[in-house]
Amino acid sequence: MSTARRLDATRPVTLSIDGASVTVPAGSTILEACRSRGIDTPTLCFLENLAPVNVCRVCVVELEGARVLVPACSRPVEADMKIRTDSERVRLSRRMVLEFLASSVDLSLASDDVRRWMERYGADPSRYGPPAPPRAANERDNAGPGHHHAASAGAAANVVQPVKVDNDLYVRDYARCILCYKCVQACGVEAQNTFAIAIAGRGFDARVSTEFATPLPESACVYCGNCIGVCPTGALMFKSEHDLRGAGKWDESRQTVTDTICPYCGVGCTLELRVQDNAIVRVTSPLDHDVTSGHLCIKGRFGWQFVQNRPEE
Amino acid sequence: MFGAGGGTSSYRETEEANIILLWGSNAREAHPIYFHHVLRGIRNGARLVVVDPRRTVSAQWADAWLGLDVGSDVALANAMGREILAAGLENREFIGHATAKFDAYRDAVQKYTLEYAERETGVPASAIRDVAHAYAKAEKAQLCWTLGITEHHNALDNVFALINLALLTGHVGRWGSGVCPLRGQNNVQGGGDMGALPNKLPAGHDVENPASREQWERLWGAPIPHKRGWHLSRMFEEMEHGNLSALYVVGENPAQSEADQTRAMNLLEGLEHLVVQDMFLTRTGELAHVVFPAAASWCEDEGTVTSSERRVQRVRKALEPPGQARTDLEILVEIGRRFGVDLGSPVAERLWDEMRSLSPWHGGMSYRRLEAENGLQWPCPDESHPGSPFLHGRLWADPVGGPLAIFVPTEHEPPVERLTEDFPIRLTTGRRLDSFNTGVQTGGYSSPLRRGETLDIAREDGERLGIADGEVVRAVSRRGAVDVPVRYDETLRPGLAFMTLHFQDEVATNLLTIDATDPKSGTAEFKAAAIRIEKVAAPALVAR
Repeated sequence: MSTARRLDATRPVTLSIDGASVTVPAGSTILEACRSRGIDTPTLCFLENLAPVNVCRVCVVELEGARVLVPACSRPVEADMKIRTDSERVRLSRRMVLEFLASSVDLSLASDDVRRWMERYGADPSRYGPPAPPRAANERDNAGPGHHHAASAGAAANVVQPVKVDNDLYVRDYARCILCYKCVQACGVEAQNTFAIAIAGRGFDARVSTEFATPLPESACVYCGNCIGVCPTGALMFKSEHDLRGAGKWDESRQTVTDTICPYCGVGCTLELRVQDNAIVRVTSPLDHDVTSGHLCIKGRFGWQFVQNRPEE
Repeated sequence: MFGAGGGTSSYRETEEANIILLWGSNAREAHPIYFHHVLRGIRNGARLVVVDPRRTVSAQWADAWLGLDVGSDVALANAMGREILAAGLENREFIGHATAKFDAYRDAVQKYTLEYAERETGVPASAIRDVAHAYAKAEKAQLCWTLGITEHHNALDNVFALINLALLTGHVGRWGSGVCPLRGQNNVQGGGDMGALPNKLPAGHDVENPASREQWERLWGAPIPHKRGWHLSRMFEEMEHGNLSALYVVGENPAQSEADQTRAMNLLEGLEHLVVQDMFLTRTGELAHVVFPAAASWCEDEGTVTSSERRVQRVRKALEPPGQARTDLEILVEIGRRFGVDLGSPVAERLWDEMRSLSPWHGGMSYRRLEAENGLQWPCPDESHPGSPFLHGRLWADPVGGPLAIFVPTEHEPPVERLTEDFPIRLTTGRRLDSFNTGVQTGGYSSPLRRGETLDIAREDGERLGIADGEVVRAVSRRGAVDVPVRYDETLRPGLAFMTLHFQDEVATNLLTIDATDPKSGTAEFKAAAIRIEKVAAPALVAR
């Protein structure tokens, strides 16, 4: 687990990044070394409170002497490494990652960082052609090994499909899923240890799925929503937010975020209440808090409705 | 404990422990985010031991599950203590240095042999022995409990029996080793710390201690009663005796949360005057002469709460309260005004500063620091103090700073209500993951996990009684009866049944529970009633 990794400040390690000498504690990653220098390094599958899974490859850097580019998020620093973060090879690789994702996945709710990186690396998803037509509900879920067929020439293969709405608490919009694995990690060994979801399928058919793609109420899901808490693209979303967005009423300019403590058991989890028009619309917890590490249970995440079951005004 | 009413450890210590004992705690469901720390401990190599009559989802993560009979905790703990002594695994240095009355404890546990304990608890002697040895030999050991320990007629004895084990092995007062009650509600700890107990002033000061009292009287400019008040169970007794005729209930629903609901309802209905202050018109509110609609303290008001690791944290106002609801503080100030006392227009922060001016536990906890440091753990006596991740380090100091930690010998006393031919099934109660207490709050959201109240029993009992999974039966105790669907539950052994208190409007579980209370703490024995299960001939209506 990510918490097991220990930095050792008593053993500094010096390496070179883009020609400059950098010294960081032993056990640091190249990403941490880059960030200590203020180098804006793109990441998609990386999150501070999860162990790196190295799947998105957008953080790759060039390491002198290495045959392939290396993922900055997980590779520990070693003395005298020579790293280049902005070489042509790095720029091309990052551009391709961002282009492939943007041509196949709806990134419109991803953070502004993603748009900035796409601009910086000149990612142009439109060059793969117009999007192929959307899939029917569950079509991707039923894809067996070897089922994938390339989209017809001139159209960009993609994962567009209807939103899964199968309970009152949260929805799964896999047209927005970049397969960063964060939800799988949060549901699994990194936090919740419920293991309700995993990656099913291979290649372009790979997708996040419950066992046998059953609806959530029939799955092992316990609705902690810790998958929502780590999702970077809006693929996993509170139903309250989904409904407001659907009705065109989601308006971040009218929203506030207030920290408070969960009203239920005595553990004392910090809740960040996002409120619009005097109603809670989303609940998260800070990643850097000792008590929760950003994770909650069903009551903390969703059990607040009792303060706003108000008579129609 | 040892003079400070709070868990001794931080959650993070659980991640570094070698052994974690969850005793009468189903933290996976009742304290899920604490259990995340336990899971990290397991991944870091800790052994988890769960002591619970049910093989709960917490027990499913355990290396060892001690499935003791309900209410035999003291027998189990004393047998562990005896075994630790017999094997010479006690921490003699710590016992000699920091504790008192060890001899009395050693003598008291002599009769708790492994064989006796196996007979009384139903746990195999070898399992008791293994856990005793593992606990004593561990470098760092966490011992946590919840209502499985405290909702008994001998609640305090149960707690002492566990603390004795920690003293015997020196598993307290060090980083990684400690004893922790996991609190059931978000501010049980803080309420007690603030003096919302019959015998306490803030910061553990005793209301019957003149020196303590005088400090607070000076601060508040008002006299404080010299004698302790009554705890909740005592209040009901005094209603029965005609000595209590008016009750002011703030944020509690005793009409449904008290054991033996028929008795509780009768007594509440017999009051001359009942005032209820709550977010909702609860069942108790329906009985009230006056109802004050209150704002939600955790999101419509400012203040602090204190968690099971003694961490004081800020609650903040995120929403405007609905309708005429006012904050608890506003309501109290208005009542003061009606009594002719002008309490001004106090705000939470000013009251907090006033309180901490006299509390050595909270002295250094300004709102500014609480905000900047994600809360602080008491004691935090001054602004330069970093707060206290664990308590009682002083017991390892030389000389021990302050009084010695005292062994309190305890004896096994089985539940008040014995199983008989007429009432052969042991009914115990607890929480489910998605619900809370009488459901006043959790009833407000739509949980896909919720399936309503059931009488959970072992398949073997169902088949023996000819009752199918899902069949509506009548559960009968000496105090009442409810009709409820049966659910076969693999976590239960024959003779044990389980219900929650979450759906009191549909199935009033507390019609069955017994209000035998611990004379010292006032806690009722929610965990141990005796029932029988009757078949219901016609399609049954759900009891109201």
